Amino acid sequence: MSISIEGITKHFGSFQALRDISLEIPDGQLVGLLGPSGSGKTTLLRIIAGLETADEGRILFHGEDVTRLHVRERRVGFVFQHYALFRHMTVAQNVAFGLDVLPARERPPAAEIRQRVQMLLEMVQLDHLAQRYPAQLSGGQKQRIALARALSMKPQILLLDEPFGALDAKVRKDLRRWLRALHEEFHFTSVFVTHDQEEALELSDQVAVMSAGSIEQVDSPQKLYAQPSSRFVFDFLGQVNVFAGQVEEQLLRQGEAWVHLPEPSPAPALQLYMRSHEVRLQTAPAAYAHLPLRIESISLVGAEVRLELSPVGWDSEEPWEIGITHAQFNSWQPSRGDHCYAVPQVAHAIAQGTDTPETLHWQAGEMDDPAAMI
Amino acid sequence: MQQRKTMRSGDQPWVKWSLITLAIITTMLMLVIPLVLIFDMALSAGAGTYWDNLTNRYTQHAIGLTLLVAALTVPINLVFGIFLAWLVTRFEFPGRKALITLIDIPFAVSPVVAGLLYLLLYGSNGWLGGWLMERDVQLMFSWPGIVMVTVFVTCPFVARELIPLMQQQGREEEEAGVVLGATGWQLFRRITLPNIQWALLYGVVLTNARAVGEFGAVSVVSGNIRGETNTLSLHVELLYQDYNVVGAFASASLLAGIALLTIVVKSFVEWRQARQRAPLDDLSDSR
Repeated sequence: MSISIEGITKHFGSFQALRDISLEIPDGQLVGLLGPSGSGKTTLLRIIAGLETADEGRILFHGEDVTRLHVRERRVGFVFQHYALFRHMTVAQNVAFGLDVLPARERPPAAEIRQRVQMLLEMVQLDHLAQRYPAQLSGGQKQRIALARALSMKPQILLLDEPFGALDAKVRKDLRRWLRALHEEFHFTSVFVTHDQEEALELSDQVAVMSAGSIEQVDSPQKLYAQPSSRFVFDFLGQVNVFAGQVEEQLLRQGEAWVHLPEPSPAPALQLYMRSHEVRLQTAPAAYAHLPLRIESISLVGAEVRLELSPVGWDSEEPWEIGITHAQFNSWQPSRGDHCYAVPQVAHAIAQGTDTPETLHWQAGEMDDPAAMI
Repeated sequence: MQQRKTMRSGDQPWVKWSLITLAIITTMLMLVIPLVLIFDMALSAGAGTYWDNLTNRYTQHAIGLTLLVAALTVPINLVFGIFLAWLVTRFEFPGRKALITLIDIPFAVSPVVAGLLYLLLYGSNGWLGGWLMERDVQLMFSWPGIVMVTVFVTCPFVARELIPLMQQQGREEEEAGVVLGATGWQLFRRITLPNIQWALLYGVVLTNARAVGEFGAVSVVSGNIRGETNTLSLHVELLYQDYNVVGAFASASLLAGIALLTIVVKSFVEWRQARQRAPLDDLSDSR
């Protein structure tokens, strides 16, 4: 079932939580609403569910206007941030609740309800805990029960509010994989809220990045990461290295550092945003870039070696972070305090006073001095 | 190896024991001895007289009236308290904080003042009383007036028990219920009520205790008509003024008995509440 969000606006008193939000969520997709706290993502999710009413705008399910429809009638599954399990009911009673409160003529017979609850608990692999109370469960178990309960009414839309927020890293990973599988199997349309960019990028078909009540960008995770459409998305999604300087013809300069731009820029000042993998390190400067750096720390844990670097003879607000392979690390053998040079291959230039990045490429042929490469 | 006992500040034995002794003496002088004396005085003329005093026509009427007042006050304040707690914890509206403060007024105002206010308002010379009088409705100096002031005096108990609890529990469970299709009544009956039931019972016990024992406000509006508008508390005073000390204490022993019963029920409810708040955490496995 597709979801259309059309021009949703919401105020809480004088605070504007959502500003004219429009978003199309195609049938069967898993969409993440990503943003910092206070960006309005949870409010938007609650408006889709009907737990909150919008000041303006419409919500459509499968082309049908549900804006005026009560939560009860919308028949969505909702997983709350803190699970919201009924504390005085057993796990089985929790999962059966939706069926139990159906009007008598629609309610399946008790035996069928029991069977359905059993099936749902088997699906989340917790059927052995049916007679436990929520307080006797761990966080991950509570989350899975909350999911089973949300799915008990066979919703075509599943909404999840920070579904894995309060769990430790290992459990999160398991649950993520498992939600993905569940989504594949039952093919409902899901929207989930998260402030964790890694979670959003890994889990979603589409990610909507939100900031201060507006949607900044909606794209597939790959596109979002490779081509952020604004400074905010850049900063919010992953680590980024920034070189800011003044433009003199085709040269971007700050202190002792400079970069020769592939094409002349009309702007007097530029910021170059570079992802860790878009920059390479050399022991000597390249012909078109002179960005001296000093190694501050080396982290060997993980698939690549991460170096934290500080600028030498120029400034940046945040330290730089660049990853090299373990093979490169072993042949280079750098240590803390060593100097090296960053060479951008791709960079995203944002002119002063604007918000839209322009992607710059340097030709591989311009790379000189193979001896300096690591 | 000998284990050395660590001393915390205030751990000196003489401090501990002198405080304990002081507490015991105070409790005996202020609470236990007077309580025992009530029953001692009530039974001082023998069990037969005690029984006669209790089965006396006027005492019987006072008991009946007291029970009637409690039987009306408790349900009224039960409904009112739930309604009020629901309102201030589940909705945001201007004046919400002011309303929470207003709930405490009956505690802050002396009951006698409350009684006088009702007399002023609903008495035959009062603003509303005059209008009611023309329609032949008499509230003051009859049992409806007694119920009205008792409701006023006891109305904070239930709401004050529920508000902090409902604030702490939040509305997420109710929202989860409504998403799953529950109607308003189903939400209340199956989710809200089970979560607040012990706090509610606690509030009811306190309301009942106060409704039975209220003196100040009731004495102003009742008119003390023996056999008509005399509650048990008023009856005690009346008998005492008649120099019927044994009779006064016989009635007082009933009130003391209700008080003791209240304490027993209250402790039980507190124990249940503590159990509900501290579930069996250690049973959860680490998965």
